[in-house]
Amino acid sequence: MRPSRLHSLLLIVPVLGLTAVLVFAVLSLPAETGSLADGFDSRLHEAGASHPVTAVLLNFRAYDTWLETGVLLLAALGLLALRGRHDLAAARTPRSHDPVLGWLSRLLVPMMVLVAGYLLWLGSHAPGGAFQAGAVLAAALVLQLAAGAWSVPALSVPALRVALSAGVISFLLVALGTVLAGRRLLEMPPRLAGTLIVLIEVAVTLAVAVTLAMLFAGARPAPGGGNDR
Amino acid sequence: MSRFLLYSLAGVALFALGLHALLARDHLLRKIIALNVMSSAVFLFLVALAYRGRPEAPDPLPQAMVLTGIVVAVSGSALALALVRAIHAASGRTTFAEEEGLE
Repeated sequence: MRPSRLHSLLLIVPVLGLTAVLVFAVLSLPAETGSLADGFDSRLHEAGASHPVTAVLLNFRAYDTWLETGVLLLAALGLLALRGRHDLAAARTPRSHDPVLGWLSRLLVPMMVLVAGYLLWLGSHAPGGAFQAGAVLAAALVLQLAAGAWSVPALSVPALRVALSAGVISFLLVALGTVLAGRRLLEMPPRLAGTLIVLIEVAVTLAVAVTLAMLFAGARPAPGGGNDR
Repeated sequence: MSRFLLYSLAGVALFALGLHALLARDHLLRKIIALNVMSSAVFLFLVALAYRGRPEAPDPLPQAMVLTGIVVAVSGSALALALVRAIHAASGRTTFAEEEGLE
């Protein structure tokens, strides 16, 4: 048999061994346990959001979400570094003359923007929030990119840089505010928590949408061949 | 079998499948898909953990971790795909050089 087939069959043994260890670990987990979130229900009204997952994401564990927006920015920077001197504006697709694509994008994109706004608002009391809204908005942008109706602006345009870093910057401003007010890092006052969360979520939605759309645009071949350089 | 066991063991199985594909397949795209399968398996397991022992009030902490993880996984996959395209543009191959000795 070919060496690579033997290779993949031999690999089954250690993978099955690891699986057995993991299954044993899962089966020996206790049936119920305490959680870090046990004290959250009593403090949910101070969190600024009535849905527990949103409260955890944007208040109790806001630092993790801040770093997550940093990861998004890092991925965007990595992509820009890979593409070298070529701006993403060079990867513009010509405006499509496909009637179905044109009709579909004109029909869907406004609805997607509406759904994104709704998801953003919904996050305060039901599953939803910034990342979900940002993903739907990114899908709308990708549809526009595919139809050639929009292209990622050149990096020299300040709006693109602001949009990409909006998530990180919004968290940074809130963190600075809480520290300068004498509280612990990102410890939001209960009166302002709701407003701060909404402001952060709007910025994060913008950042997520533009970053994801840019990640899509940057991975497509430049027109006139498949070479990146 | 309880619901927790069903979902967590499914997560373990998916993780094993993804791990095998990551190690055994040469094509870079397959490796990226395998990594995505592994991360989805971990997310499934985390969400199963959130429901363990408390079906009426699921633990919000693992769910928030999964939301964060999904975004990180998407960004990482996008960067990995761009890297694959750069490798292909630079060398014309879609596998790692040292693995071609196995073919």
